[in-house]
Amino acid sequence: MAQAKRTIPGAVLALGATSAIAEATLRLFAARGARFFLVARNADKLNAVAADLRTRGAASVATYVMDLDDTAAHPAMLATAAANLGTIELALLAHGVLGDQAEAEAGYPAAEAILGTNFLSPVSMVTWLANYFEASRQGTLAVISSVAGDRGRKSNYVYGASKGALNVFLDGVRNRIDRSGVQVLTIKPGFVSTPMTAHLPQNALFAHPSAVARGILKAIETRKDVVYVPAFWALIMLIIRAVPGRIFKKLNL
Amino acid sequence: MARSSPRPRFESWGRYPTLDASLIPLSWTTDFPLHKAPATRQLPVGAGRSYGDVCLLENGTLLQTRGMDRLLAFDQETGILRCEAGTTLAEILDFAVPRGYFLPVTPGTKYVTVGGAIANDIHGKNHHIAGTFGRHVLGFELVRSDGSRFLCSPTENQPWFSATIGGLGLTGLITWAEVRLRPIVSRRIQYQGIKFNGIEEFVALSKANTHVEYTVAWIDCVSTGNNFARGIFMLGDHSNTPEPLTSSKEPWLTLPIDLPPFILNKASIGIFNTLYYNKQLGKIKTGLVDYEPFFYPLDSVLHWNRMYGKSGLLQFQCVLPWETDQMGIVKVLKAITASGLASFLAVIKVFGDIASPGMMSFPAPGITLALDFPIRPDVSLDLLDRLGRITLEHGGRMYPAKDATMTAAQFQAFYPQWQDFAKFIDPAFDSAFWQRVTSATQPIYAEQTLF
Repeated sequence: MAQAKRTIPGAVLALGATSAIAEATLRLFAARGARFFLVARNADKLNAVAADLRTRGAASVATYVMDLDDTAAHPAMLATAAANLGTIELALLAHGVLGDQAEAEAGYPAAEAILGTNFLSPVSMVTWLANYFEASRQGTLAVISSVAGDRGRKSNYVYGASKGALNVFLDGVRNRIDRSGVQVLTIKPGFVSTPMTAHLPQNALFAHPSAVARGILKAIETRKDVVYVPAFWALIMLIIRAVPGRIFKKLNL
Repeated sequence: MARSSPRPRFESWGRYPTLDASLIPLSWTTDFPLHKAPATRQLPVGAGRSYGDVCLLENGTLLQTRGMDRLLAFDQETGILRCEAGTTLAEILDFAVPRGYFLPVTPGTKYVTVGGAIANDIHGKNHHIAGTFGRHVLGFELVRSDGSRFLCSPTENQPWFSATIGGLGLTGLITWAEVRLRPIVSRRIQYQGIKFNGIEEFVALSKANTHVEYTVAWIDCVSTGNNFARGIFMLGDHSNTPEPLTSSKEPWLTLPIDLPPFILNKASIGIFNTLYYNKQLGKIKTGLVDYEPFFYPLDSVLHWNRMYGKSGLLQFQCVLPWETDQMGIVKVLKAITASGLASFLAVIKVFGDIASPGMMSFPAPGITLALDFPIRPDVSLDLLDRLGRITLEHGGRMYPAKDATMTAAQFQAFYPQWQDFAKFIDPAFDSAFWQRVTSATQPIYAEQTLF
């Protein structure tokens, strides 16, 4: 795999563009004059993000309001995005929910909702995008997963399972289309200070979205397959994965 | 005020007082009013760089605006920037300097938010030429807790514009603001430092240099006798020589721990003052310096407030008239040197007479003095009390953004318009400062555990 830096993608499709990590990442691309097609559920928030990216130097910004849980509507959105951008060079998938672990334990509907947003919706999107990129023999498919997908923990295993399943799916897609010149990047952030985690007590492990964004940009530039952001999470997860199961099941993680 | 609270705590920069409150982050201008109105009173807060209790509310709900940091529009021709209220001045500089623009007014730290800059109507080294920050604000949106949204400017909803500038966050939530930036062609400042001895010489230097954009002086508040009120008068103008306009680097120094309180004592501060005064050997020193060390020398060490240890610090800033009554500032300086409590961060400047649009704005014509004190049992609060009384006797006033000690009687004498202002306060909003300076029975904060 080539490790040399390359020109960073200039035509960006962002799904879940109002997520804090996506927004911080898109700002780095805007400063380099990128063109954007932004997708999110809330029009007000999407317009604020679009205005910010335009101000920061984006060459053009188009917005598209939809609920990405509606997988049947994915192909129509993708066609509009491709027509708008000409060629999509980077697709950043950032939509997701943390969900409520207690509710998901109490009953399947809550678990299904988490799996729908965090796993099935990306599976649909990645399927269409993988075919698109494979056909154009270029592109970067960057998907925000989570360190929580590395091992099931009692505190959030439904969320973790949705991300773990996504990681396996992305491994397979990468194995299929890497040879067509397509980068498939699995992004595994640790704790990030975002609205999604605002209710949790923050500690020294929490990173600012801008730090995570810099890690993502570097991983795209260097064509990585999997990246932990911030990088120290690679070590933490190495240790967590190495704990023997008979001990792990006794821990409160 | 127990320190064992499991909740994350929002501290002001002086870390005194420390008060518990619930924290609710706002990430979008549409996040307020909150979907579920809290049972407590609310107060918007920015970066927490004011020193005392204007950004605190005991057992209240603090609305943290830092997540609202979007740049909404910029006109390269006019330099007019519209941004969300949680954007910091540092973020504006990162964006604007490479585009050939600079802040119209900047305080001694760039880590304040635009909302905080308006709410405290901050000033800088160019007050004599540019006035306060509020003078460069073209408009903003104010959202009240009942959901009403006002566009405020000098021509629309003017009373709300005026009440909100310097309104300490009490009139509603500022969601975004439009600010006119000023053009620059270089990052650098044409600098001159001139040593002076005594207040008269300082005032003479100030008067002789009103054409220079930035003037401020460091003053030695420790030495007595022949060295009383010695200092270095610093002048600067943006360089006219075009140079590449790059972004600033992120600071890499941070003070990771609270220093024990004995580090800062009379001897160490006296040594610092002598070294600082003598770092410039000749009477006059000139040169070109980058704007970062010129405007923000302390920003290069993140969390420098930890230097004062866990107990925090008290900041004092007053403005006193000079033309009519020259004794006030001399008495203040003498009280400080006599106390032996002064720090090495004493700054003095002559304010101009440019009026602010803000109803409760602090700056007034005269001499302003700002410095911080470590908190020492008994003596610190006594000294602040004495300084407050001298300020009042000599027709001056104190700065709420840097205050934790002024009494209700002092505040109401400094700001006789306070009752008119009170009509603009959002019924759901309140602050620890406002409770302190408007209640009949004033809470005096207990000194925190010191050692």
